Amino acid sequence: MIEQLTVLLQNEKGRLSQLCRDMADADINMHDLFVADTSDFGIVRIFCDTPRRAAAMLEERGYRARVVDVLAVRVPNVAGGLATLLEAIEDEECNIEYGYCFSRGEQTAIDVLKVGDASIESKLSEAGFDIVEAQEVYELDE
Amino acid sequence: MYYQEEIECMPRAELEKLQLERLRWAVVHAYENVPLYKERFDAAGLDPYDIESLDDIARFPFVVKQDMRDAYPFGLFAVDRKEVKRLHASSGTTGQATVVGYTENDLKNWGQCFARGIAMVGGNADSTMQVSYGYGLFTGGLGAHMGGETAGCTVVPTSTGNTKRQIQVMKDFGVDILCATPSYALLIADTAIEMGYDPAKDFNLSGAILGAEPASEHMRDEIRRKLGVQYCDVYGLSEIMGPGVAMECSEGCGLHVAEDQFLVEIVDPETLEPVPDGQLGELVITTLTRECSPLIRYRTRDLTRIISEPCACGRTHRKIDRILGRTDDMLIIRGVNVFPSQIEQVITAFPEVVPHYQIVLTTRGKLDHVELRVETASDFPFDEIRALEDLRRRLAGELKSNLQIAVDIKIVEPKTIERSEGKAKRVLDLRDKD
Repeated sequence: MIEQLTVLLQNEKGRLSQLCRDMADADINMHDLFVADTSDFGIVRIFCDTPRRAAAMLEERGYRARVVDVLAVRVPNVAGGLATLLEAIEDEECNIEYGYCFSRGEQTAIDVLKVGDASIESKLSEAGFDIVEAQEVYELDE
Repeated sequence: MYYQEEIECMPRAELEKLQLERLRWAVVHAYENVPLYKERFDAAGLDPYDIESLDDIARFPFVVKQDMRDAYPFGLFAVDRKEVKRLHASSGTTGQATVVGYTENDLKNWGQCFARGIAMVGGNADSTMQVSYGYGLFTGGLGAHMGGETAGCTVVPTSTGNTKRQIQVMKDFGVDILCATPSYALLIADTAIEMGYDPAKDFNLSGAILGAEPASEHMRDEIRRKLGVQYCDVYGLSEIMGPGVAMECSEGCGLHVAEDQFLVEIVDPETLEPVPDGQLGELVITTLTRECSPLIRYRTRDLTRIISEPCACGRTHRKIDRILGRTDDMLIIRGVNVFPSQIEQVITAFPEVVPHYQIVLTTRGKLDHVELRVETASDFPFDEIRALEDLRRRLAGELKSNLQIAVDIKIVEPKTIERSEGKAKRVLDLRDKD
């Protein structure tokens, strides 16, 4: 599992840029950022360095921020890459709350999934899937 | 345990007969001795000598606080000054003070009303009762004091202030019953805990008679837990008598009105028409025995409902719900009366949100639109949109079933809703006025 920083933002002009500015002011580098939005609010999911420090900093500044464990799996950047992974998870009857993908280089993609059962990680690893370690994505908290 | 079982548990038919008898006396007494009532009854063409049933009260005009202010100080007294044994007055912070007088009988009745509440928390001649209400023109201190003496308790008149000494006295004197405002009771509890006591275990306390200010269910629980007491909510207002008009029995759901002393009605604050039992509205009180300051249909501006179902405690006097707010705060949304306190009640039942909220009223097309802004609690798992949507749906559903209106829930970031205690800030009315 790797740690994703989640921030709740009101769906209002300037909120996302303020968040990014606050992260920058705290000297926290962000590697990936995804926004899930509704008409009222947005949920911002971030991979950044020292995510726990980032969450504490944001809470201090009045944000709702927390660190959430998510599963990250490296899959080949070919047709069916994600489908194979999802089928394996489905076979284990593990629930997926949400998911998204990003890529590092051309050869592979990283699929991120919020899963209902954390034990799925070791099962996937045994089945030969390439589980991504936190330090491959961001700088860990001390 | 009852203080006056024959009155408190009187069969309804008998009680209503007694009420009717007393109502006839009260209306005539007011008419014959107070010019304001004579003028108003005459102007309305009402015959005060012709009351046939309790329902006849609905024909009479209301009395409001302003009438009492206008009559300052003694304009509404119905007895000769030599009969007046005591004067109390409201603080007058929101206008001219209102003065109420008491004859010897008025004082005796008051003491008995309060003594009934002492029995509700198990108090009797063996009990020691500490009165931590302020003594003075305010009715709280002396009202509770007299109630304690009437019930035969040992009364400890500590009044307010010097909290550590209060706690020392409470412990050393083996106090069983505490009378105070809820906020002061909580301060006493917290101070005692700071001093290293566990009041629930270390003190002899078993009952607390608390009133004179609103307290949320959460606060009541906290007091019960910290002090280890049965909580008796006491209702009263200085215009009517003082504390003891209604008191909460050990069943804990509603306050028994001293119906042998007071006739209560609930009216719609807009139309002023009586509403059926169980429906929320403004409490209107007619005094049935008061000699010095009789009040016929006094509008209390307090919001509650009548609970007419029989109570398991055996008392036959009907109950009122705990006071849910002031009718001045009422909003009319799409023709429905809505009280911010109703919304607050719903919100406090949701641990997922913090109890700060804001209601924003706007006009959309020709209709009122209600938006409720809430903040999630710090441990809410907001990472999943599903959880947030589910919370919104459940909140809206609960509000819909409680208020009969659709409310749009907006989840906002923490600390964006002002933490002011003022009521006005809770409601932002941006509706078109024409």
